[in-house]
Amino acid sequence: MRLPSSGNPSLVLLFGSFSNYNTSFHYLNFKKLAGKTLFDKIWDAHVVDEIPGGPSVLYIDKHLIHEVTSPQAFAGIEKRGISVARPQNTVATPDHNVPTVDQHLPIKDQLSQFQVNKLTENCEKHGIALYGLNHPFQGIVHVIGPELGITQPGMTMVCGDSHTSTHGAFGSVAFGIGTSEVEMVLATQCILQPKPKKMRINVEGELETGVTAKDIVLYVISKITASGGTGYFIEFAGSAIRNLSMEGRMTVCNMSIESGARGGLIAPDETTFEYVKGREFAPKGEDFDKAVAKWKKLTTDADAVFDKELTFDAADIEPMITYGTNPGMGTKVKGQIPAESEIEASNLKTFSKAMDYMGFSAGDTLVGKEVDFVFVGSCTNGRIEDLRAVANFVKGRKKADNITAWIVPGSKQVEKQANEEGITETLLQAGFKLRQPGCSACLAMNDDKIPTGKLAVATSNRNFEGRQGPGSRTMLASPLTAAAVAVTGKIVDPRTLL
Amino acid sequence: MAVDKFITIESTAVPLPIENVDTDQIIPARFLKATTRDGFGENLFRDWRYDKTDQPKTDFVLNQDKYSGTILVGGKNFGSGSSREHAAWAIHDYGFKVVVSSFFADIFKNNALNNGLLPVQISDQFLAKIFEAIDQDASAKLKVDLINQEITIVSSGEKEGFDINSYKKECLLNGYDDIDYLLNKKDKIEQFEQSRV
Repeated sequence: MRLPSSGNPSLVLLFGSFSNYNTSFHYLNFKKLAGKTLFDKIWDAHVVDEIPGGPSVLYIDKHLIHEVTSPQAFAGIEKRGISVARPQNTVATPDHNVPTVDQHLPIKDQLSQFQVNKLTENCEKHGIALYGLNHPFQGIVHVIGPELGITQPGMTMVCGDSHTSTHGAFGSVAFGIGTSEVEMVLATQCILQPKPKKMRINVEGELETGVTAKDIVLYVISKITASGGTGYFIEFAGSAIRNLSMEGRMTVCNMSIESGARGGLIAPDETTFEYVKGREFAPKGEDFDKAVAKWKKLTTDADAVFDKELTFDAADIEPMITYGTNPGMGTKVKGQIPAESEIEASNLKTFSKAMDYMGFSAGDTLVGKEVDFVFVGSCTNGRIEDLRAVANFVKGRKKADNITAWIVPGSKQVEKQANEEGITETLLQAGFKLRQPGCSACLAMNDDKIPTGKLAVATSNRNFEGRQGPGSRTMLASPLTAAAVAVTGKIVDPRTLL
Repeated sequence: MAVDKFITIESTAVPLPIENVDTDQIIPARFLKATTRDGFGENLFRDWRYDKTDQPKTDFVLNQDKYSGTILVGGKNFGSGSSREHAAWAIHDYGFKVVVSSFFADIFKNNALNNGLLPVQISDQFLAKIFEAIDQDASAKLKVDLINQEITIVSSGEKEGFDINSYKKECLLNGYDDIDYLLNKKDKIEQFEQSRV
């Protein structure tokens, strides 16, 4: 039986009510009639083949690679005696283990230098565009993709890095993959991938001054936990999301992985098109107009069904900070660490372990805790808007004496713009210094390590044990909160200083 | 290229009853500088396993002689965080063939399956029973039967089924490789590309 495909909600309801007679059969029909989510539209348009009972063969439009998760994949295809299938669809940059000072000099760490050299060799051998150290386009892979216009709505994108979810901010299906999967994409431009379930998270209403995109996502993860998104791809929607800049949307999608989700995405709109327009690799002139006409169709149908849907009120969101060792352990800056009685029994062991590691106690007030380091940077918050927020806040103020601050632009382009806008100068006057682009202390693969026992407020994405260096203690927050901490030397709600 | 075939495994197990074991704990970022897939087992759980002076921490399971075997049993949400496949390589290189948990992070699960390391997802209740069995007797054995998709606590005979998609099951049982599969799809991929022009 073939049913008319229709977006008419009354028809859907009609067939929906029929389903009471024969649940399984009519449920299928109901599903056929229901509209599609944005995620479905993009995913389905990229399915080359499907394995019954197994994953889809998914075509990948853009593959981003970096020095850490690609060498074994290149070695793999070479062992098979094959070359890269579509080198023109791959873009490379070193970011994870590059130093953030003296980038013009050879890298002191031999292993890092070797890995960066390997990336250069592999790209040369296989004809892949590489933005190496000192190239004006170099930077964190998830910062350069969007700013160069490589990232575009409707695309499928992958990278051997979990924060590939960032690119979903443009209405693309973007997700992190392992090295075996990097090898799949190099070999065939496709990946075998089970289709995730779909979740929509709506954030409705207006954010209070001083509350930012980072606070939205830390709030959402604190509510759904660090595993609440596992198995799902999340569409972020609602007026508070629509009102975010592209930078803000990238921050939200970037951290969708921290809820366990495969990725996050936001339907493209005028904000998106305006951002993409004129960028290096974006379509130009008439091609751009044609692309926009296509991109405008990238929305979730009104009658589409999600496996799970949650709605939050923007007015409930305040500046957020984490107190534990996973990104779900967050609360409002002016709040307290939960009491043990508030923690689920099954989670108590993990909670206590986190408290021991952080040197905190259940019920502690966070405001006033003394901080040693502030890190502003990463693919979560290392874009120009983030540096601007810090500069605006610290203008006319001074860095606290007890704080060591590392401010690391996400890319050479961000660095250049920061210089042009006078951000670099403002930071200098306040006692800060801008370092050179890279992932830096987010994962501390280079020398930017927070020393053992020291407490850092970081704008990055993970507060795992030892993430920023062995024994380091991390509290995640927004750039604005980080700036406020940097000038007071203590945990502080930035709204009290605005 | 063929990978190791997975056969039924009966072994003692190493218990790690901690939730949210993230990939930064499994293999810290500073050990990701290698350009081959070998040798990561040496630094598996590095900062939980060794102190600052590189001495083994006696309270960590991998340093306790009474625990051994090819099955690692972890708490809920195992493998969260980074996409680093090095985490799966490290666990496999150390000698584990199976990781049991009540919940796995998506990317880790894919990475494990792509390396012949079987992620066995079971209920919270059965996971608790396994931890209890090992707690009572460190030499308690578990049996993992991929063909019948069952995991059994050998001493008590208690068992539970687990899910795995049929394609991946075939791959593991026969040592098939995803990339060989995809390379055989070359014509379809090219047709797909042409259909989009």
